[in-house]
Amino acid sequence: MAFAAFSPSAAKATGSQAKSSSRVVLALLLPGMLYLGMFFLIPLVSLIITSLETPSATGAFGMYDYAFDVSSYIDVTTRYLPQILRSFGYAFLATFFALVISYPLAYFIGVRLRPRPLIQKLTLTLVIAPFFISFLLRTIAWKQLLSDDSAVLNFLRSIHLWGEHQYFLGTPAAVVWGLTYNFIPFMTLPLYTSLERLDLRLLEAASDLYANPLATFRKVTLPLTLPGVISGTLLTFIPITGDYVNASRDFLGSSKTSMIGNMVEADFLQNADYPAASALSAVLMAVILVLVGVYVKRTGTEDLL
Amino acid sequence: MKSLKLGRLVLPLYSVIALVYLLIPIVYTIVFSFNNSTRSNTVWQGFTLNKWLHVCDRPGICESLGNSLIIGAVATIVATILGTAIAIALVRYQFRARSLVSLSLFLPMATPEVVMGAGLAALFFNMGAEQGYLTIILSHVMFCLSFVVVTVKARVQTLDPVLEEAARDLYANPAQVFWRITFPLLLPGIISAALLSFALSFDDFIITYFNSGPIDTFPKVVYIAAAKGVPAEANVVASAVFLLAFVIVIGTQVASNLRAKRLAK
Amino acid sequence: MAKEFVAAGADLELKGIRKEFPGFTAIENLDLHIPAGEFFALLGPSGCGKTTTLRIVAGLEEPTSGQVLIGGQDVTFDKPHERPVNTVFQSYALFPHMTILENVAFGLRRRKTEEPLKKAMDALNLVELGHVAERRPQQLSGGQQQRVALARALVNRPSLLLLDEPLGALDLKLRRQMQIELKAIQMEVGLTFLHVTHDQEEAMDMADTVAVMNKGQIEQMGAPESLYERPKTAFVAKFLGQSNLFVGTVADSSANSLSIEVAGNKISVPKDRAEKHSGKIAIGVRPEKAEFHRTAPKPSANLNVLGPGEIKDIRFTGVSNQYLIDIPNVGNVIVFAQNVGVSPVVELGEKVWVSFKVEHAFGLQDLPSGNED
Repeated sequence: MAFAAFSPSAAKATGSQAKSSSRVVLALLLPGMLYLGMFFLIPLVSLIITSLETPSATGAFGMYDYAFDVSSYIDVTTRYLPQILRSFGYAFLATFFALVISYPLAYFIGVRLRPRPLIQKLTLTLVIAPFFISFLLRTIAWKQLLSDDSAVLNFLRSIHLWGEHQYFLGTPAAVVWGLTYNFIPFMTLPLYTSLERLDLRLLEAASDLYANPLATFRKVTLPLTLPGVISGTLLTFIPITGDYVNASRDFLGSSKTSMIGNMVEADFLQNADYPAASALSAVLMAVILVLVGVYVKRTGTEDLL
Repeated sequence: MKSLKLGRLVLPLYSVIALVYLLIPIVYTIVFSFNNSTRSNTVWQGFTLNKWLHVCDRPGICESLGNSLIIGAVATIVATILGTAIAIALVRYQFRARSLVSLSLFLPMATPEVVMGAGLAALFFNMGAEQGYLTIILSHVMFCLSFVVVTVKARVQTLDPVLEEAARDLYANPAQVFWRITFPLLLPGIISAALLSFALSFDDFIITYFNSGPIDTFPKVVYIAAAKGVPAEANVVASAVFLLAFVIVIGTQVASNLRAKRLAK
Repeated sequence: MAKEFVAAGADLELKGIRKEFPGFTAIENLDLHIPAGEFFALLGPSGCGKTTTLRIVAGLEEPTSGQVLIGGQDVTFDKPHERPVNTVFQSYALFPHMTILENVAFGLRRRKTEEPLKKAMDALNLVELGHVAERRPQQLSGGQQQRVALARALVNRPSLLLLDEPLGALDLKLRRQMQIELKAIQMEVGLTFLHVTHDQEEAMDMADTVAVMNKGQIEQMGAPESLYERPKTAFVAKFLGQSNLFVGTVADSSANSLSIEVAGNKISVPKDRAEKHSGKIAIGVRPEKAEFHRTAPKPSANLNVLGPGEIKDIRFTGVSNQYLIDIPNVGNVIVFAQNVGVSPVVELGEKVWVSFKVEHAFGLQDLPSGNED
């Protein structure tokens, strides 16, 4: 049955041509898809199975028996409700800020710099340059720059914009700051792709038809670049919900800013509470699947990749 | 008229500020790689080249760097081969499972790393596999695959199929068509995909942390050190990698620009 | 796979070719025979199936049913690289990552021919582009690329050369020049050319035989003059040049001719130039064969007269004046008058009669669309 799915969708391609091309398609797709099946699908299934296990009858620490025990789900959705809400809240804020910061930048590079392709490519490289340096070190850099006794805060204190005993690290603001910064390239690239393809003659036509710059942006540019906005939003929002480095105590957060990821890490790697960690991951994954499902339903799968 | 001119400056000015904001942590990291620090690298204690010259003196740094490089290379090769094949299939051929394939490739990009990391760890545990190089490489190939497909697919879409038809018309058999026409013309995209894949693998932390067992990668060493203080040698490695990547990318862009200019003459 | 490639043209035979795509049939039922060494044009509007036919001959598509024979050998299921056929593509399809010389030598190298570079250089010199051998395709103009594409195909001495609207992207002057060159090369080298185009002037100018294709079928095939002077279907009459068509029921018939009546005007056509001899038929005449007069000419057995009508439009196209005359209950009649320096002084709205010789009329086998009962 799976083989039928890989047959050419041409209804009646002539004999040998159809056979050879579906063989080629299978040969090209199968290795990669099997790999994904093995190392993406099955882990997710593993997670669900693990989330349904119960503590071992032997009472040994970290040992579990197969079961169909949904108590873990109830446990994590109540106990970790603050973290869940926080994760989506931070993700929403960080995505919003990333969008607001990235769009004008992407517009500048994708539209204004079009007559100078070399400068365009170089500037885009600067946008993704943060990727070239370890993401942990980027976050630590902010941690140092915005620590309680840093030059930045002291400067702000000296001009009375910051309180003497006020601190930045460990607050939700710091976490959102870090998340926004780290994910700006994820937002900018899809936006740039959309804006780079924007047909400028449409903007000229709008102008010819008496639209001022704001109206042109609202009625022409924004709708046409909406696919990029949505794509960027998805690619930013979703990974942020699962992030835990920014929110971790060792980086920009504190125990009061913990997110879903911090709890999964703690339960999985320290408390050996595998069912809880798996259940929490499954809950997160379920929400994401719903979001992706809504998106795919509205725009189809052709533009996904 | 004057407001028009000033208005046009707003966007470039904003962009400059935004770019500076993006680059601040990079500059900070590079600067502090020259810090004459002892244990923690938080306070500036003077300029020194020592950390650059004796980077491997700090235990764990160079070993983990080596691990990251090897893992990155292997994962990149595997992901690039598998991903390029899928990209070609998606663009050049029609088949019914197309939507399913696109969705299956999109999901790994949209899945949070904690979920992937925990899931893979659960899988390896249930398989009875010991965590080490193999589990790390297998994990990395998984999340690099989708990015390779996206990058190569964009390149395949720019390749006019008529060129391959012309090759067949000129007596090239299928293998010759691929190696003499398709592959050379796809190569820039394949190289981009490989570089992206390597960057993703090298910088990966969360998935690696869940699946590495005793093996240390560079990001893992940094994370563990973060609690007590990240040593300047880590900054050295990160800065070196950054400068290398930066120079390569800028270099290839300038080179291809010069070549295009030369051809246009 | 080791087939000998002939150094002279071969003939092409298509038997019962049918090509179906999901949702539509591109070629209904095609039978074609092109003798060796001939310059053959396949002419038709976009979507008529001519490019599909070409691709089937090249091996880039497989027919749903039917046979392709080249030089008597059945190549229907042979791959493109196994056939002694080369194609000049509409978009030239030059390999951007190779020099011009390597492009031209490509086919020779695949077939392991001796001295590929020297032969490639000779081919380039034949099209007068030896001096760009080391450049890349992107550096050449459209006309130059077209000639390289031609050289790249010709250098392999194929039995059959396929040309897929190769002159479409060139400007008028360059196109005219290339038409002359192509014809000259074909005659010199003696290869069989199959040229696909939608430009009827080009087809008539260059080809020994023209086939007009419409909706997956060949409507008429023959020498350009015979097609032009005696179109057999309404489509050919309208696609190849312009025609005035008159529809009516056969009213009168004698030994040599038959005639219809249209709004009181008797229109006759010689029997040997009429496809249908009874019932409702269409009779046509080319505009350049018609004349108009200010006073009604005397009708005779040799002259068809229509009118009176009104001049509705006059257009000047350099070579000729084109007059559009509206005859009540007949319709619009177009008359071309060659520009010989002295044009008849007429004004819009003038009352004129149209005449044309009976021997110039042709009778179609079908009716123009909209006239069927």
